[in-house]
Amino acid sequence: MTQHIGDVVLEVEDLHTYLYTKWGVVKAVDGVSFSLRQGETLGIVGESGCGKTMTVLSLLRLVPRPAARIVQGRVLLQGEDLLDMSESDMRQIRGRKLSMILQDPQTSLNPVFTIGNQLLEAITIHHKGRSRALVQRAINALKQVRVAAPERRVQDYPHQMSGGMKQRVVGAISISCEPHIIIADEPTTSLDVTIQAQYLRLLKEIQEETGLSIIFITHDFGIVAKMCDRVMVMYAGRVVESGPVRDIFNHPAHPYTHALLQSVPSMDERPQRLYAIEGQPPALWDLPPGCRFAPRCPHADTRCLQEYPPFFSNDDHHIAGCWRLESTWKTPQSFTLST
Amino acid sequence: MQRYIVVRFLQSILALWVMSLIVFCLARVTGNPLDVLLPMEAGPEEYERIAKHWGLDKPWFIPQDWSQPFDTQYATFMGKALRGDFGNSLKWQGYTAMNLVLQRLPATLELAGIALAISVVLALPIGVLSAALKDTAFDNGGKLIALLGQSLPSFWLAIMLMWIFAVILGWLPTSGRGGLTHMILPAISLGWFQVAALMRLVRSAMLDVLDSEFVKLARVKGLAEWKVVWKHCLRNAAIAPLTYFSITAGVLLTGSVVIESVFAWPGTGLLAVDAVRARDFQVVQAIVIVFAAVFILTNLLVDILYAYLDPRIRYQ
Amino acid sequence: MAKALTQSLPRFTVVKVVRAVAQARRFPGLSLSILLFLLVIPGLFAPYIAPHDPLKGSLTARLKPPVWVNGGSISYPLGTDKVGRDIFSRIIHGSRVSLVVSLVAIVLSGAIGTTLGLIAGYFGGKLDALIMRLVDISLGLPVILLALVFVAAIGPSFGTVITVTSVLLWSRYARQVRGETLSIRERDFIARARVAGASHLRIMFRYILPNVVNSLIVLATLQVGFVILLESSLSFLGAGIPRPTPAWGLMVADGRELIVVAWWVSMFPGLAIMLTVLSLNMFGDWLRDHLDPKLRNV
Repeated sequence: MTQHIGDVVLEVEDLHTYLYTKWGVVKAVDGVSFSLRQGETLGIVGESGCGKTMTVLSLLRLVPRPAARIVQGRVLLQGEDLLDMSESDMRQIRGRKLSMILQDPQTSLNPVFTIGNQLLEAITIHHKGRSRALVQRAINALKQVRVAAPERRVQDYPHQMSGGMKQRVVGAISISCEPHIIIADEPTTSLDVTIQAQYLRLLKEIQEETGLSIIFITHDFGIVAKMCDRVMVMYAGRVVESGPVRDIFNHPAHPYTHALLQSVPSMDERPQRLYAIEGQPPALWDLPPGCRFAPRCPHADTRCLQEYPPFFSNDDHHIAGCWRLESTWKTPQSFTLST
Repeated sequence: MQRYIVVRFLQSILALWVMSLIVFCLARVTGNPLDVLLPMEAGPEEYERIAKHWGLDKPWFIPQDWSQPFDTQYATFMGKALRGDFGNSLKWQGYTAMNLVLQRLPATLELAGIALAISVVLALPIGVLSAALKDTAFDNGGKLIALLGQSLPSFWLAIMLMWIFAVILGWLPTSGRGGLTHMILPAISLGWFQVAALMRLVRSAMLDVLDSEFVKLARVKGLAEWKVVWKHCLRNAAIAPLTYFSITAGVLLTGSVVIESVFAWPGTGLLAVDAVRARDFQVVQAIVIVFAAVFILTNLLVDILYAYLDPRIRYQ
Repeated sequence: MAKALTQSLPRFTVVKVVRAVAQARRFPGLSLSILLFLLVIPGLFAPYIAPHDPLKGSLTARLKPPVWVNGGSISYPLGTDKVGRDIFSRIIHGSRVSLVVSLVAIVLSGAIGTTLGLIAGYFGGKLDALIMRLVDISLGLPVILLALVFVAAIGPSFGTVITVTSVLLWSRYARQVRGETLSIRERDFIARARVAGASHLRIMFRYILPNVVNSLIVLATLQVGFVILLESSLSFLGAGIPRPTPAWGLMVADGRELIVVAWWVSMFPGLAIMLTVLSLNMFGDWLRDHLDPKLRNV
């Protein structure tokens, strides 16, 4: 992980995305802020339903309408606010500057078109030119994801490929227009373990070759350790902790992060009972006033249940929102979690 | 895919055979046509003579004399049927049954074809847009049309349309076969039900597809929404309604019976009604077999088209 | 674009009605009331509600127009036909016909279809293949044509119409039930019943059938409308309910040649058919949405 990390390319400020359902307003993303530098890999971890996917969908402005709406916030991609743009301008951004790899390769590709067709489609949206040149681009993209014999492969249909191969094709689609940022939403969850490792290595190599940034959503801390420079822990729609990976692993400040790390079974120690966090995440339409993790937290007191903790930081740009840190850590000046 | 087609083909043949059996029995149960053919005063010898002439005195299935096992009505029927010979029409002297049917078939196919075209041209866009604009006024309007379409009795619609457009407004002719003006009313009456059913199917198939992951990916690529809908969704969504096409063919054919009688359209449907009334079972047999054959053929074609549209089946 | 269209129309118009009726699918109130008034109540209480004898015509009252047209009278609210019979009364009595025919046909075809479907799904193998072949063939039969032939063979009557409809309709039930049986069969409580020594018959009817009932009800409701359409088409062609019984299809047929001079003879019975089937479909949709949304494609 010794690539050159450059300036900030993405800044998310106080993002709020709500879902309007018949049971009430679901605050899927409730005040999330972070920033991303060039060449950096940011991991987002958390339980299902904590808002990870909705956050990244909000970046792309692809939240499921009409139920979901981005109600507040700014998303600054190289200085431009994406939430302020027209839809047609946004479409220029999608795929070209900001791109995404979906989770399940089995369903992300349209079964009735060849992969060449789908790859070319991504390219022709953003590039004009002679078809021969564009086709060459497609083949190059396939080469970049290490697909063998790409000239032949472009004529294949998705069902003729293995899962790992399909996910590479999805990867090729996302890098085909040389984006600045790739969002990877649990891209290896559906793959075999051996293929997983290959794929992650591939992503890393591409990152080194092109210098792009990656936002990596996962629930697997092993992947975080391998891939990410920084990590952001989310719970019930908000960020609870964020900072450099090493720091978080060695000194998790928030009880939730600590619990998450504890629940990863270890290979070295003797097998004991699997640690599971007691309780359930709160219903997102009926949130408690205080810290959202407090009902499940072993260290919670009355203040935790009544007042939502602000962020505290230490010197290593490690930030966490827990009252226990009030005495030991500092209150950051600015609201945004920038490094 | 070869295997697939062969299997479907054999099934079709089986279905056709069962049809012939049913038709054979039914047509003979219809009542003795001799009662219709012969005048009241005809004596028993007259009766026997005509019966012999038409082969109506032979037993149905079991031969009287096993040395001639094929001297039964059914055997003769099958033998001739396989050669396309359904005998002479009892009512329309001078024509063979098959001839009559084939003569009238183009008219029915023409009508059914137009009706099908109308229903597809209307149902497809309405269905797609209803799904894309879900729960808007357009969608609700579409649902209403679909509901109405499936509730209207086609004969009543035919009569009402005829009344309004031909009688009151005088824009269109009331009956007979001819050019476009003659075709409009019958085609609409015939196709109306299909528009409704097809539109519902297209809509629900589209709704399913619109939720797919690959649609999401297409949007992530930056593809314009209309292209997402028409290129990605439609290709996938078209597969489900296509299977309905095989039923559509059957419905259109049988519906033609009613519509043709209302509009006096000289097709096989009208022929069927007349033939049944006249107890002309040769013609009835021929018609039912031909209908069944057309229906089965359409099924086969739809299956092949299905395999073509969905490469997953093609490459099995 | 749709928004622009709806905004340009005056308030109290088509759009609101359209939305209301389309949404009415969700509330059985509208469809149920139409059904009750058009089908069930008249069907049950016809002799008490109908102002005139549906079979007796009056020569002096021939081809009278409906009450709101010049020449009509309140004693014949919807006019009379060419023999002088009151259309209104005939429609009321006609609903009885439709009710009886559809109920019996549904029950019969449902019974046959369900049983065969259970057997096919439960035993599988060759029996399943055989029954499914029969289903395919049955679905491939040209319905009205065969009905014509059949009814012409035995002569039109209640019995023949019901038989024909049942024979041609059972396959849908069979297919549906078979599909569901196949998936229910694999569940644990079935295995437990088998281990406990329950006979095949018992398992099929006491365990599987109750789970299948929901979709059966939905299917049946949606079929009633279809049966009414079928029966009226047959009657229209003269191969259904025999004259002079007041069947709606027959009435439409009667009015056909008179369409120029007496449009009401065909119009009202047809309207009755349409409204009945419409409310049946709406009710069936509502039922399906509430009992089991998975059946969307039924």
